[in-house]
Amino acid sequence: MTANNSHKTLYQKIWDSHVVREDPGQPSIIYIDRHLIHEGTSPQAFAGLRAEGRKVRRPDLTFAVMDHSVSTTDRTLPILDNDAKLQFDALEKNCRESGVRLFDMNSKNQGIVHIIGPELGITQPGQTIVCGDSHTSTHGAFGTLAFGIGTSEVEHVLATQCLVQSRSKTLHILVHGKRPKGVTAKDLILAIIGKIGIGGGNGHVAEYGGEAIRSLSMDGRMTVCNMTIEGGARAGMIAPDETTFAFLEGRPFVPRGKAFQEAVDRWKLLKSDEGAKFDMTVELHAEQIAPQVTWGTNPGMVSSVTSRVPDPHDFKDLNDQKATESALKYMGLKAGTPIVDIPVDRVFIGSCTNSRLDDLRAAAHFVEGKHIAKSIKQALIVPGSRGIKTQAEKEGLDKIFTAAGFEWRDAGCSMCIGMNADVLPPHERSASTSNRNFEGRQGKDSRTHLVSPVMAAAAAIAGHFVDVRSLDDVSSVE
Amino acid sequence: MQPFSTHTGMVMPLDRVNVDTDQMVPKQFLKALTREGFGRILFYDWRYLPGEKPNPEFVLNFPRYKGASVLLARANFGCGSSREHAPWGVKDYGFRVVVAPSYADIFYNNCFKNGILPATLPEEQIEELFQRTEKEEGYSLTVNLPNQTIADKHGLMFKFEIAPSRKEVLLKGLDDIGTTLLHEPDITAYEKSHAATATMFDAVDVKYYSNGH
Repeated sequence: MTANNSHKTLYQKIWDSHVVREDPGQPSIIYIDRHLIHEGTSPQAFAGLRAEGRKVRRPDLTFAVMDHSVSTTDRTLPILDNDAKLQFDALEKNCRESGVRLFDMNSKNQGIVHIIGPELGITQPGQTIVCGDSHTSTHGAFGTLAFGIGTSEVEHVLATQCLVQSRSKTLHILVHGKRPKGVTAKDLILAIIGKIGIGGGNGHVAEYGGEAIRSLSMDGRMTVCNMTIEGGARAGMIAPDETTFAFLEGRPFVPRGKAFQEAVDRWKLLKSDEGAKFDMTVELHAEQIAPQVTWGTNPGMVSSVTSRVPDPHDFKDLNDQKATESALKYMGLKAGTPIVDIPVDRVFIGSCTNSRLDDLRAAAHFVEGKHIAKSIKQALIVPGSRGIKTQAEKEGLDKIFTAAGFEWRDAGCSMCIGMNADVLPPHERSASTSNRNFEGRQGKDSRTHLVSPVMAAAAAIAGHFVDVRSLDDVSSVE
Repeated sequence: MQPFSTHTGMVMPLDRVNVDTDQMVPKQFLKALTREGFGRILFYDWRYLPGEKPNPEFVLNFPRYKGASVLLARANFGCGSSREHAPWGVKDYGFRVVVAPSYADIFYNNCFKNGILPATLPEEQIEELFQRTEKEEGYSLTVNLPNQTIADKHGLMFKFEIAPSRKEVLLKGLDDIGTTLLHEPDITAYEKSHAATATMFDAVDVKYYSNGH
């Protein structure tokens, strides 16, 4: 299993440096550097600890935040959702009793767990990071090994600061060439998922490379790694480079001065060696990728904006035919409809996939001086964190959005998962910058189309999908 | 955890690829504080019409599958969200075994924490089981973990693969945390040699509850 020492992948390097114990024929015990928790998947883990009389081993390496069910409107109002309130109270109590840092809903640093980790510099290259949330893969953008776990494993990490794991296979995803104007990180990852399928990466940890990946900002890289799980791979990684180091310098939890330079020297070693072997390789060319729009009920059911809703008979496999038929029925779409003819009811720009500054800037740049179409019932902008919200307001983005008819909200998971009041009503259709278009994801019987922020902004203005490449005012956006 | 050795039970077919965990337990049920009671809401949106009236078109509500304890599924079962509420629901409903051609990684892993055996068989064998389940009312399977076999009473017998360490966890009903804590000295040694610390350099707006660390 162990590759030649001089030809290790990034994944192997991080794995090897975190092995606490290895026994022949058994999975390894690996150390977890940072454990992120939120109100949704942690209460049962703390209850389990309590039942066994166990303690949180490293509260100093555990960070808690309220994000899934928080309101994106006025938080000074009483919480009407009693179940959500009980979860917030449980998190508060669990953190207080165990000594864990908590970003509660009124903290100025509150935000979506996968947004604030990197924003505060909690996330750093070479670490292992876990969280009871599948989009933990986001943190891999920094060259960390980061993946989602279930609640039993949350309990395991709380008690031991370790996880019992077997090595994954490795998947190399290369995106060559330059991204065309109007084609963003979101379009790259949707195109990748469209190519490999939503189970294509099962059993693998992905590492991304190629010019189109390397030229992405950290915000763009996080979008790519975030949706890695939608292709089945639990973790996606990008080797750290100058872009990474520049992003991290000066953030609250990042070392300073000489210690930062020493950290950078260590981080520079975090890349796959020349000649390292991957179990599978997938290659794409950015020049051939157009803006993407999902038409179905999983992220792999995706097309270029220039194409049409597929016919079930376009697929050879009987299971795919049935799945397509069922998806079109759920989505209320007819085979052969041009994607640009699909009307949109609501627009959601937010989520751990696309709610960072680059995303908001790109969308604001596009909507400035325009107004959302009359047919649009609601257009939400939900910054990923209060830090991002504050910075966006400094730049005047909130004014641009509200002048264009968008609602400017407080930070949280919001309509990506609809656990708060931000729910997509039955049979309504969204252009959403989130990560999942599963049945009922944004609300029962709701219809989700996943797109990039600039595509969502353009759909809000036009009332239907448009190919943003055909518009004059699309600059080189992330 | 409840150990698993052999199980005989009626099969319920779920003829759909890429069944995601959002379908097993939708988001409105993620606000619970306990692990119990998710069987009643398993596959909620498919299973119930408005007013929680059972949807007669959904397989779980077919009278012939009442009491099923083996869930026969298609490829990439359990994709999407990491919510362990999904396997809690599968288990609480009464399923002890899932049989599918493939699983999403996190769901697969979560099954072993809850005493559910996710058995993997090739597509052709899964297809054969779907056909037999369709044909014969009350079709049941005997799943034998020590021998790694799935058999029916007509002589069909398929062998399935499972990692030896996974098998042991289920057979013995091992408590993962207890097992890891047996190696506590190794964890301490690792911590000493790596000294992974989360040093806070700047004040951030966080409730910091120091408990002596």
